[in-house]
Amino acid sequence: MKSAFVSTKAAALAVTALAGIPLVLSGCGASPAPGGGAVSEITVVDYYNNEPDKSVIGNTLEACGSQSGVSIKRETIPGKSLIAKVLQQASSKTLPDVLMLDNPDLQQIAGTGALAPLSDFKISTDGYPEGILSAGTYKDKVYGLAPTVNTIALFYNKDVLAQAGVTPPKTWEELKSAAAKLTSGDQYGLAFNANATYEGTWQFLPFMWSNGGDEKNIDTSETAEALQLWTDLVDSGSVSSSALNWTQADVNDQFVAGKAAMMVNGPWQIPVLEKQASLQYGVVNIPVKDASKTAVGPLGGEVWTVPQTGNKDKQAKAAEIVACMNSDENQLAMAKARNTIPSKTAVAEQFAAENPKLASFADLVKDARARTGQLGEDWPAQATKIYTAIQTALTDKATPADALKQAQEG
Amino acid sequence: MSTTVERVSHRAAEAIPGPTGARRLGYRRRERVYQWLFLLPAAAYLVLFFGYPVVKNVLMSFQDYSTSTFYTGEAPWVGFANYASVLSSSLFSTSLINTALFTAGSIAGQFVLGLGLAVFFKQRFPLNGILRSLLLLPWLLPLIVSSAVWRWILDKDSGALNNFLESLGLISTGIPWLTSTSLALAAVVGVNIWIGIPFNVTVLYGGLQDIPDELYEAAALDGATGWRAFRHVTWPMLRPVVSVVLVLGVVYTLKVLDIILGLTNGGPANSTQTIATQSYALSFQDFKFGEGAAMGNVLVLISLVFAVLYLRVNRRAVDE
Repeated sequence: MKSAFVSTKAAALAVTALAGIPLVLSGCGASPAPGGGAVSEITVVDYYNNEPDKSVIGNTLEACGSQSGVSIKRETIPGKSLIAKVLQQASSKTLPDVLMLDNPDLQQIAGTGALAPLSDFKISTDGYPEGILSAGTYKDKVYGLAPTVNTIALFYNKDVLAQAGVTPPKTWEELKSAAAKLTSGDQYGLAFNANATYEGTWQFLPFMWSNGGDEKNIDTSETAEALQLWTDLVDSGSVSSSALNWTQADVNDQFVAGKAAMMVNGPWQIPVLEKQASLQYGVVNIPVKDASKTAVGPLGGEVWTVPQTGNKDKQAKAAEIVACMNSDENQLAMAKARNTIPSKTAVAEQFAAENPKLASFADLVKDARARTGQLGEDWPAQATKIYTAIQTALTDKATPADALKQAQEG
Repeated sequence: MSTTVERVSHRAAEAIPGPTGARRLGYRRRERVYQWLFLLPAAAYLVLFFGYPVVKNVLMSFQDYSTSTFYTGEAPWVGFANYASVLSSSLFSTSLINTALFTAGSIAGQFVLGLGLAVFFKQRFPLNGILRSLLLLPWLLPLIVSSAVWRWILDKDSGALNNFLESLGLISTGIPWLTSTSLALAAVVGVNIWIGIPFNVTVLYGGLQDIPDELYEAAALDGATGWRAFRHVTWPMLRPVVSVVLVLGVVYTLKVLDIILGLTNGGPANSTQTIATQSYALSFQDFKFGEGAAMGNVLVLISLVFAVLYLRVNRRAVDE
């Protein structure tokens, strides 16, 4: 009899323990923030989980923390899981004190009310170009600032172009003929990424924007012309149709392996390119339709924000960290270490003078356009339409104009 | 814990010829309480990790559930609006057809090849065991790794498959396995077949082991060997296992997501978009959680049909 009773107790205990799990879990989330007084710790969430970014950003955060007299508790989450994590934290009210976001996600998150406008903390927004501020702006208030930014440009293999007697193209016609001349055997003239993700959309934007195309309505002749250019390049065989499935890293692999003479890519590839001793490469603006047009790049980079955690003291300290990350010195140091461009115009100019390889990017970033600048929270849906249209046209399922029309109408 | 069960029931069994009816009743009641107590953890587990998500998903599909919901907790009810927009989208019919083709193609390939291999391995030959365990390899690899590797293999210009075909002189230019709208779905189905073969072989091989050798001997005496032995002995004896494999396979395949995302991300031009990938894209790329949930529920409904089928088939298989 005794043994049966003991085990009943054990079973009952097990049941209560199991039923208790949710209580314990929610108990964790609801633990009250240490009230008032000195703030000793600031939590930070970002997605720089690969080297060298991980250490560069981590060290800068540490330095900013000690400057403000707080310790930094940092969590790095893989890029793809960041938004899911942020949404979970928002619903359980456990947002970090400082949050990094990829700039096209900022408006989506700011729209939920989870972020505090930086004007609450008197953080200066002077010296930033329009495009960079608009990436961090939601409904006329700046919620996030990017210390460094990036965009994409045209990389070319100097030796291959010299051998073929081709100069880096500046217009679409030049791009087409250069790409055709550079295509032979195993080598394609150009590589870009037209895959079915936002990356594909991002690579198409410079062509669309510099021709006067607009993301609000993609069913226009300007955007159709840009898509026609891509279709021509693929149809003529100057660009491999594998572009429909490549990531930007794949594109870089093709370029490094000598299977593409030119590529559309960003400065974050420079560390890989620099490792190839035999590879001589140059960087120029992405070609525009004709000389009358100016190159417009899409703005990339991550913004730092202060979430609404409800603890005013901690938020004030968090804002100090965000301001510190954006100081001129830190912009310059992080840009150098990570091959990105300082976001403040004056700092970027100084940086370009010191790092000629990145000069064209520094030049492009000044006028770079934020993806969410016009559409804000509606950007993801429209970005999906853009890559769908690209894929429809490149696989010859419809003409560029029809593909864009179909996509716009949904 | 299991020893306790035995002891408890043992005691109860002892109690049955007990002196008074009242005492017997008491034991019985206690026994019933114990039974329920042991069921409780499992029931709680089911409610927590299966019941809650399913109910939540159904509720979500009737709400305007957006990113702000996570912060404000507000998700207004919108009735069938999510279903309406999901079902009326031009993409829905594409996804539905692709889901059907993907599932039917994968199941047919996995099953036929799996059965063939299972029958093959039933014979005794050297290295049988090693080869059979090698066959499990696709099962052991994380799906995201398999899809990354297959993406390289199937690349148009530098992929191993095209290089191989070219070296044989079968083709002169690379075949765009993953970037042609007419081939991509077939390529994705092919990879999924490769992934599904181990499951089919393992279960079918187990079923084959259960068929007594005497039956084959008797059939051989009657002149049934080879194909006829398979038709008249193997196939009828294997049928219960076959139906379980097929129905389970359908339910597994309907919800395949990672392989398609890893190989083509639903492209080119939505030619590999299924209901599962579409549901994922709506929720986690466009942040329309309500519509994503609605799409997910469509898939749940389809799976449910096969789940019911599975239960019936399973019951019959056990009865037999």
